[in-house]
Amino acid sequence: MAGSVRVTMTVNGAQQSAEVEPRLLLVHFLRETLGLTGTHVGCDTSNCGACTVHLNGEAIKSCTLLAAQADGAEIKTIEGMGQEGALHPLQEAFWEHHGLQCGYCTPGMIMASADLLERNPKPNEEEVREALAGNLCRCTGYHNIVKAVIAASETTA
Amino acid sequence: MIPAEFDYVAPASLDDALKALADGGEDAKVLAGGHSLIPLMKLRMAAPSLIVDLRQLGELKAVSEDNGTIRLGALVTHHTVATGGFGLVSAAAATIADQQVRNMGTIGGTLAHGDPASDMPAVLLAYEGSVLIRGSGGEREVAAADLFEDFLTTAVGEGEILTEVRFPKLDGYGYGYEKFNRRQEDWAMVAVSALVKKGADGTAEDVRIGLTHMGSVPLRATAAEDALRGKPLNAESIAAAAELAAEGTEPPADLNASQDYKRHLARVLTRRALTTAAS
Ligand SMILES: Cc1cc2nc3c(=O)[nH]c(=O)nc-3n(C[C@H](O)[C@H](O)[C@H](O)COP(=O)(O)OP(=O)(O)OC[C@H]3O[C@@H](n4cnc5c(N)ncnc54)[C@H](O)[C@@H]3O)c2cc1C
Ligand code: FES
Ligand code: FES
Repeated sequence: MAGSVRVTMTVNGAQQSAEVEPRLLLVHFLRETLGLTGTHVGCDTSNCGACTVHLNGEAIKSCTLLAAQADGAEIKTIEGMGQEGALHPLQEAFWEHHGLQCGYCTPGMIMASADLLERNPKPNEEEVREALAGNLCRCTGYHNIVKAVIAASETTA
Repeated sequence: MIPAEFDYVAPASLDDALKALADGGEDAKVLAGGHSLIPLMKLRMAAPSLIVDLRQLGELKAVSEDNGTIRLGALVTHHTVATGGFGLVSAAAATIADQQVRNMGTIGGTLAHGDPASDMPAVLLAYEGSVLIRGSGGEREVAAADLFEDFLTTAVGEGEILTEVRFPKLDGYGYGYEKFNRRQEDWAMVAVSALVKKGADGTAEDVRIGLTHMGSVPLRATAAEDALRGKPLNAESIAAAAELAAEGTEPPADLNASQDYKRHLARVLTRRALTTAAS
């Protein structure tokens, strides 16, 4: 019988600590242990990007990471991006440009886009599409998502 | 999908990691980025009893250059390699999967794993690079040509840790990387790495061609290399050499591509990669 490990990490600025099974995936730690259900599980096979969060400032797929691997790390999820009434520029832009329909892929799209804008504040269309290659959307056909990311890059200095 | 139960340690030093592996026996496994191992564990195709996570080993994250050799710690991520300005190595790393996977996957992990569809093995082979491997018996350097033994089987043995990857800089070489897949983030159906050194008289002084997914291990297209070496670098000589790229290969057929189609891809991609490398 396998033991447990203590993991401590900063999630959206708040320190969180729990005793977990080593096999617990980060996405389940976020959704089930912490109740942060904004991060979604789409494919569970590392392909769709719905589970994208930031680990120490970089976008990663939280369905393919053990919670234990994030011990000591800083995690940011969609809940850390903006609040109702004070949305993040990317959230505003997705709304304004119809970058979502069902919304299932949106948290991952926004976290992957934020990672891109961090590395490349003024991307062109091709760079946006390349950066979102690991995020699948079944609804929008991607055009409005790309428009939204470019619009957000223009509103942020 | 949830992995089977296992014990987990994240040792603070390489020696502690080697000791944990030795104590864990044959069911202990090293974890680097986890982007090959965790998917296998979720599918229950791998069920290690102990995971030895290397994440605390800062010394395996170093990048340095010394005497014309680029030295990359085993835990250097694909993203760091892709953005590091290492010629063909960076160009190939930039095609691995997607940004999120490149942020986690490591160069040591992909070389220790030895997936025939993965990008780095044939690149290391074309550079005639090497890796350092540490075990309880000490450290050894293994040349790329001796690293890849069979499908998912490398010279990295039980209880051993790949610590460093070494590439000669190959100043003066042009390079080309061509990867064919159906969607941008997919694995290669076939990929070709080309390195060409042009002599002062415009002939090919040296030619290196690495083939990905044309066998259970990465291969050199030696017939094509020999055909071009010493020849003037022009469209005709490149096309003639590229025709020999699939010579002697037994590529694994799969849902995406038959053997014949893969051989066709190898020839076309070799022509394109050589053309870029020679320009
Ligand atoms: C959706 C997706 C798409 C992908 N597409 C591609 C692609 O197009 N091209 C490509 O090349 N790769 C691709 N990969 C694989 C990715 O590059 C992996 O990161 C890589 O193959 C393994 O590196 P890792 O650090 O994640 O290793 P891990 O998954 O941690 O380990 C893999 C294996 O190697 C062993 N190992 C790892 N590090 C060491 C070490 N230092 N010493 C000894 N043994 C070690 C482990 O025990 C394990 O058996 C993809 C992965 C995913 C999830
Ligand atoms: S749920 Fe993680 S990539 Fe799809
Ligand atoms: S909006 Fe429905 S999956 Fe993207």
